[in-house]
Amino acid sequence: MTFGELGSTLAFAALAFLSVIIAAKAHTPEYAFHAYLFAAASAAATFTIINRYYDRPAALPPLTINGKPNYNMGPVKIATIASVVWGIAGFTIGLLIALQLAFPALNLDTAWLSFGRMRPLHTSAVIFAFGGNVLIASSFYVVQRTCRARMVGDIAPWFVVLGYNFFIVIAGTGYLLGITQGKEYAEPEWYADLWLTVVWVAYFLVFLGTVIRRKEPHIYVANWFYLAFILTIAVLHLGNNASIPVSIFSPKSYIVWAGVQDAMVQWWYGHNAVGFFLTAGFLAIMYYFIPKRAERPVYSYRLSIIHFWALIFMYIWAGPHHLHYTALPDWAQTLGMVFSVMLWMPSWGGMINGLMTLSGAWDKLRTDPVLRLMVVSVAFYGMATFEGPLMSVKAVNSLSHYTDWTIGHVHSGALGWVGYVSFGAIYCLVPWLWNKKELYSLKAVSWHFWISTLGIVLYITSMWVAGILQGLMWRAYTSLGFLEYSFIETVEAMHPFYIIRALGGALFVAGSLIMAWNVWKTIVSAEAVEEEPSVRLKSVLMAAE
Amino acid sequence: MPAAYKFFAEFAQTWGLLYFVAVFLAVLIYALAPSRKDRFDAASRMPLQED
Amino acid sequence: MSLWSRHKIFETNSIILIIGVLFVIAIGGLVEIVPLFYLKSTIEKVDGVRPYTPLELAGRNIYVREGCYNCHSQMVRPLRDEVERYGHYSLAAESMYDRPFQWGSKRTGPDLARVGNKYSDDWHRDHLNDPRAVVPGSIMPSYPWLEAKELDARGVADDMKVQAILGAPYSPEMIARAETDVRIQSNADDPNVADLTKRYPNAQARNFDNNPRKVTEADALIAYLQMLGTQVDFKLYDNKANVR
Repeated sequence: MTFGELGSTLAFAALAFLSVIIAAKAHTPEYAFHAYLFAAASAAATFTIINRYYDRPAALPPLTINGKPNYNMGPVKIATIASVVWGIAGFTIGLLIALQLAFPALNLDTAWLSFGRMRPLHTSAVIFAFGGNVLIASSFYVVQRTCRARMVGDIAPWFVVLGYNFFIVIAGTGYLLGITQGKEYAEPEWYADLWLTVVWVAYFLVFLGTVIRRKEPHIYVANWFYLAFILTIAVLHLGNNASIPVSIFSPKSYIVWAGVQDAMVQWWYGHNAVGFFLTAGFLAIMYYFIPKRAERPVYSYRLSIIHFWALIFMYIWAGPHHLHYTALPDWAQTLGMVFSVMLWMPSWGGMINGLMTLSGAWDKLRTDPVLRLMVVSVAFYGMATFEGPLMSVKAVNSLSHYTDWTIGHVHSGALGWVGYVSFGAIYCLVPWLWNKKELYSLKAVSWHFWISTLGIVLYITSMWVAGILQGLMWRAYTSLGFLEYSFIETVEAMHPFYIIRALGGALFVAGSLIMAWNVWKTIVSAEAVEEEPSVRLKSVLMAAE
Repeated sequence: MPAAYKFFAEFAQTWGLLYFVAVFLAVLIYALAPSRKDRFDAASRMPLQED
Repeated sequence: MSLWSRHKIFETNSIILIIGVLFVIAIGGLVEIVPLFYLKSTIEKVDGVRPYTPLELAGRNIYVREGCYNCHSQMVRPLRDEVERYGHYSLAAESMYDRPFQWGSKRTGPDLARVGNKYSDDWHRDHLNDPRAVVPGSIMPSYPWLEAKELDARGVADDMKVQAILGAPYSPEMIARAETDVRIQSNADDPNVADLTKRYPNAQARNFDNNPRKVTEADALIAYLQMLGTQVDFKLYDNKANVR
C-alpha cells in the first residue's frame, strides 16, 4: 500500500468511528442524521480505498505514456456530471422559491419546504454545487493540459471531487433540517465548514503540485486566476466562519464576530465570494475555453496580466458597498464605494480581452452555438460589472438596496455570466473527456441558448422594474407629507413581476434540461474519435472547416 | 473613533495611494516590458498546443 | 545542473505568485476590518443595551433557523422615509451582542429592527400561524409548527456559556439559571419575575402565545420579536454625542 492509501484508510476509519460516537450522543436528531451520513461516507471511503488497492495493478499509473502526459481525467468526468446534476437541482429550487413568492401557498406549511430554508438551498446549490463543480472540473482539466503534466496525487484528486460533493450534501440537507449559521452564502455550520477546509486544502495542494510539476516554463494566465480563486476562498472561508461550537455533540456554533464587525467580515466574505468564486474562477474558464474553442490565442496576453492584478487588488476592498447607510462607519462605506467604482475598469478590460479574442473569427458565432454561449456570457459579464459599480454609488444604493433590483443584478451575473460560461465549458469538456468528435447535437445547444436567453431577459427586466418600483414606492410621499404606501401595498405591487420572473426561471430550467439530455446522448452515443487522443484536435479542426 | 478614523484616512490618502500606484506601475512594467513580448506570445498559445 | 536550477526557479515562481496574491488581498481586508476592532470600545455609548434573555436567545436561534433574514432586514437606514416608516435609525450598539448579525440584505417583508411592541402578542401568534389571516396580501410562509412545538431549552445554558467566552456579559449566575429563567419569562404571574428583570432590565415576562400549558417555540420567537429595537430609549438618546 502507498503511504497515501494507508494514511487515508486510517483517517477515514477513525472518522467513521468518531462519527458513530457523535451520532450516539448527538443533542438533536438532525445532527445525529448528519453524523450517520459522515459515518457511512467514511466507512464507504475506507472500503473503497482498500478494495481499489486489491484491484489495481501493482504500479501506479505512469506520469507519461510514449513521452506524452498521461492525464488523470476520471475525477474531472465526475465533477462535470455532478455540475450538470446540481445545476438542474439548483435552478429548479430557484424556480420553486420564485413561485413561492408569487403564490405563498406553495410553502405548503411545511418547515423544510418554507422559503427561509429553501432560499439558502437555492443559492448554495447554484453557487457552490453547480459553480463549484464546474470550477473543480475545469481547473483540474486546464491545469493538466496547460502544464502538460498528470495531476498530482493518486487518491487526493478523488478526495477533492467526492469530498466536495459530500460537503454539498451535508450543507443542503442541513438547510432543510434547519441547521444554519444564518450568514448569507456561508450558512453551513461548523462541522461542514471544517470538512470543507480539509477538502479545500487538498484541492489547493493538488492544484499547486500540478503547477509545480509542469513541463512548460510559463504558468498560463488561466491558472493564475484559478490559484487566486482557491487561495482567496480559503482565506475568506476561514475568516468568515471563525466560530466556537457549543459542543462537539451539537450542530450549533456562535461566530466570534458580533454585530457591526460581523457585518463587515460577512460582506468582506460575501462580496469576495462573488469576486473570487464567481468571477476569478470563471474568468479562468474564459481565458482557456474561449481561445481553445475559437482556435486563436487570447486577444492580449499582457492585458490579461494587468486584468488579473487589478481585479484581485480592487475586489477585496469593495465589500462595504453592501452596507451603505448602515451602522458601519462612513469611511469604510466610502472606501467600499470608491473601489467598487474603480472595479469597473479591470472588469471591462477583461471583457474586452474575452470578446476581442474573437476578432477575425466573428463568423464562428453563427456556426458554433457553444462559442456563442461563451461570448454572450462575456457580454453579460460586461453588463453586470457596469451595473454593479453603478449600484454601489451611495445615492443609487439608497434606492436599490433591499429591493429586487439587487436580485436582478445578481442574476444577470449569475445566469448570464456564470451560467453561460459554465454551459460553454461543459459543452466543450464533455466531448474532450469522453473522446467524442463533437457534441451529440449542436442544434440542441442552439435551442438551449435561445430558450435560456429569453428566460434571462424576462428575469432581469422584471426584476429591474420590480426593484425600482418597490424602491420608489417605499419613499413616495403624498402631497400632505405622509408616506403614500403601506408596506403591504408595495408587496402586492410585486405580484405580476414575480410571475414574470418565475416564467423566466422556468425557461432557464428548460434550457438546462436540454443540456443534460445533450450531455447524456454525447456520452453514450456520439461518434467517438478513432485516433488516439493526441490527434484529437486535428480531427475537430477538420470537422469544423 | 475619530482618532482611528483620522489615522486610517490619512494612511489611505498617503501611503495607501502610493502603494496603490506603485503596485499598478509594477504590474504595468511587468506586463508591457518589450523583453517579455516573446514569452507572453508563446504563453498565449499554450491552450492551442496539443501534446 | 543547469536544468535543475532552472526547475527550481519555476517552482519558486508559483510560490511567488501565491505570496503576491496573498499580499494583495490581505491589504484591502486588513485596512477595512482591523479598525473596526478599535471601534469596539467606542461603539456609541448607549444606555439600555443588554444581552438577550435565555428565552429571547432561544427565540433568536429560531429566527436564524427559519431563515427569517432572507426576507427581513434589521437595519433602519438614516433616510427620511425609513425613519418615518420604522422608527429611529439603527445604532451599531444595538446589535453588539448579535451573533450572527441579522441586518439582512433584502426586504421582501418589512424591516424588523424596531418591530418590538408594535403589535400585540396575539397578532404575532396569529400572523405566524397564518400571515394571510391578519395581512391579506402577505406572501410570508405560515409557521404553524412553532406554536405546536415545545421549546427545547436544554441547550440554552450552553449557548450562553459560549457567548460569555466571546464577550457577552453573562454572569455564571445567569448561566446557571438559564432554564429557570426561560420558564419565569414565559409566565407573567411567576413570583420571580422581579428577579428576572434585575438580571435582564426591561425584560418582558408573560405567556406570549396564549398557551400557558407549555413553553413553545412561538413563545420564544415572539419574546424575541417583542424586544427588538426596544432597548434604547430614544427620548433620552443624544444624537450629537455620537457623531460617526
